[in-house]
Order: sequence, then C-alpha cells, then structure tokens
Amino acid sequence: MAGGGGELQLLGSWYSPYAIRAKIALGLKGLSYEYIEQDLSSKSELLLKSNPVHKKVPVLIHGGRPVCESLVVLEYVDEAWAGDGPPLLPADANDRATARFWTNYFDSTFFPSWRALYRSTTAEQRAEAFRNAVPQVETLERAFGECSKGKAFFGGDAVGLVDVVIGSFVLWFRVVDDVAGTNLLDQAKSPGLAAWAERFLAVDAVREAMPDAELLLEHYKEFLAKFASPAGST
Amino acid sequence: MAGGGDELKLLGMFASPFALRVKLALSFKGLSFEYVEEDLRNKSELLVVANPVHRKVPVLIHNGLPVCESMVIVQYLDEAFPGAGAPFLPSDPYDRAVARFWASYIDEKLFSAWVALFAAKTEEEKAEGTKQTLAAAETLEGALRECSKGKPFFGGDAIGYVDVALGGFAAYVHAFEEVHGLRQFDAARTPLLAAWLARFVELDSAKAVMPDVGRLVERGKMMQAQAAAATAATAAAKAS
Repeated sequence: MAGGGGELQLLGSWYSPYAIRAKIALGLKGLSYEYIEQDLSSKSELLLKSNPVHKKVPVLIHGGRPVCESLVVLEYVDEAWAGDGPPLLPADANDRATARFWTNYFDSTFFPSWRALYRSTTAEQRAEAFRNAVPQVETLERAFGECSKGKAFFGGDAVGLVDVVIGSFVLWFRVVDDVAGTNLLDQAKSPGLAAWAERFLAVDAVREAMPDAELLLEHYKEFLAKFASPAGST
Repeated sequence: MAGGGDELKLLGMFASPFALRVKLALSFKGLSFEYVEEDLRNKSELLVVANPVHRKVPVLIHNGLPVCESMVIVQYLDEAFPGAGAPFLPSDPYDRAVARFWASYIDEKLFSAWVALFAAKTEEEKAEGTKQTLAAAETLEGALRECSKGKPFFGGDAIGYVDVALGGFAAYVHAFEEVHGLRQFDAARTPLLAAWLARFVELDSAKAVMPDVGRLVERGKMMQAQAAAATAATAAAKAS
C-alpha cells in the first residue's frame, strides 16, 4: 500500500468532531488502522507522549511518528496516500487556497460562534447565541454555492477537505439543535447546506466514523448538567 | 523570474505581522508585486471586495483573483510559482505535517499569548500573560532545535514555512520589547530563537521588506497610551 511502510494508529475520542475528521479521511482512503479510544479526563501515557504540546485528540501515529492537529492530519493523509481514492484538495492552486480559507474560517470563526450555542444553558443564552450564528451560517451557505458549483459537495463530485472539516460537526449541530430548540442548517434559510448535510451523512466513510446520535445526545445532556451546575464547572 | 505576465498585488498594513509574512514570502521568492497600504480604520473598496468575509489584510491578488489568510497565501505562492526558488514547505509529507503543526502553534499559542499580555490590565493578568508567553517561547525553542537539526533555520539551510510564519513577527518582537519591556526571545532562556532572530533580520530578502522598528514602537506606545486612557476613563466614570 502506498504511503510508505508503517502501521497506523489513531488516538481519538468517540464524540470529538476533530477525531471524527481523521476517521473520515482514513475511511475515504480505504486505510486500515488501529483505533485507540482516549479517556480525555484521564489522559493516557501514549497520548501525552504523542502530543506533548497540546495533549489533545486526534493524533495519527504512522510508523511510530505522530501527526497532531486535525487539519494537519487531513492534509497529511491526503499527501501520504495521494494515490488512494480522490484527493481531498483540488488541483488548481487558487481552488486549494479557497478550500484552506474555508477550513480556517470554520475553525477560527464559525466554531467559536457555535460553541456559544453549545455552552448555552438558558433560553436567553440560546436565543442570543443562535442570533449571532445566523450570519455565519449564511456565509457558509454562500461558500457552499461557490465551492460546489452546483455539484454535491464543497469538493465537487467527491467529498473534499471542506466537506470533512465542516461535516464532522453535523451530528453535533443536530444534537445541540435538539436540546436548544434551534435549527442551525434550516432547509428554508440554508437549503444548500441542509441538503449537503444529508448527502454527507450518507457517505460510507462518514457513516462509519460518526457516533450514534442517541449516545451523542446523552453525552451532551450530561455535559450541560455538569456545565450548568451551581457547584461550579470545569 | 517565474510567472512572466503575472500581476501580483498585496493589500497590507505596515504594522501587520501577517502582511509582513507575505511580503517576506514574495521577497524570498524574488517575486515583484504592487503593495497597497490599507488604512484599516477606513478600508478601501478593493479590500472589502477582495476579502468580504473578514475584511482583513493581508490579501494577495494574483491576476485579479484574491487569496486571503497569511499562511494560506504562503502555501499558494509555493504552489502557483513552483519555479520561484525552493518551496517553503518540504516535499516529504511528514516534514510538511511538522511544519504546518508549528506554524499553527505560532498563531494559536505564541501570538495569542502576546495578545493576552498586551491586553493585560491588572498585575495578575500581566503575570499570567508573561508566564504563557515564556512557556510558548520555550516550546518553540524546542521546535527549532528539532526542526533545524543544527542548521540555521526551521527549514534547515534555507528559509522554510515556519521561518516565514515566525519571521512576520521579527520586527514586532523588537518593538514589543521596547514598548512592554519583555524580551520575547531572550538569549539566556531561548538561545536558538535569539540566534535565529538575529540571523533572520540580517537576510537581504528580509531587510528589503521589514518595517521600521522605530515606527512600530511609536505605534505600540500610542496604542498602549490609548488603552491606558480608556481604562482610566472607565475607572473615573465608575467612581463618579
């Protein structure tokens, strides 16, 4: 198999959308790997040794060498196994820059905004957080139109980098919507994204990487209970 | 010179370390470009049209097509101008991953620590900001040791991706020391980084685009004074 010799291990956490990104990419490339679930409240020696700087998941260990940070892992998988499956990034330099721009936008701008909704425990907080997220969903809807150019995914006919980066959060969006009573990727307001989300979840590599929605919902409710507790949170 | 017939325009601001990264990258690649200084309090229509999402600099406009985000632009230059000198990113996928990791660290941890320190108002906040800044510098010192393998730069013998990422802050680091009294890359604590900085600023391609440190210091002091005045005004308003 291409990508040089060496075993693959993925350190992840079943509910981490960042780890889900790595799983999806490995799945799209048809790669076998050992998945090692991490307990983030009690970090393993392997995790601390492999990612001493951030101590976070995902970490992809290839032939004993760790790759950290989800976006870095995605580009690494794309480049190290360039011959396997369609590339995550397009060929044209400007299109590549556009894809990287949107992945940065999602992580640096969209996510902090959505996280306020994720952390909201009152109706008031939820309403405000949702209001603040709306213009950013509109921006992503426009981005989808520009990037997909009428095709199924941000990456065109096949799932690309931007699809994986944003799509890894789709179940989380739904879980938070469920509890908050919101509808982030509303079919009426963002039809492109709403339809794209359904298509994305139906992709084999994505289905295999996503956690069970019910379990995720339970996990989120537990998180909210702890977060909102008057005894203080993390 | 590669890219004959290519039109390159860079929208920047003299004090922006992110815009400086792109100037450095263009300079190291020997690419000529038209520079447009933006007044960020009065953004040009060109900037707003070229970067509608963030309205920030730097923006590189190549034959009319905009590219935004400093390190995205640096990778773009590698990919769009393969003939213009050695690429900043190495060819091996693992080495590329390491370079991207550290560039990301510089933005997420090192720069954010500096920002926290700059924004610190209380002694407690300053102490915390200083602690984080020194910790980040120490981590980066380790990174330089690993990446350079005894050679002058993160990229080895020649300037690489991480060198450009950090190089954008080269002038800022000197100015920060004068304004806040903290040496970011102290020769005692971070000898490799101190040597790297001294070496970097002496490179001809760097000298050609570095901003005037005096001007940065002036601006830094002015911003500090404005921040102090704002804090005093708030305190006075609360007291009255």
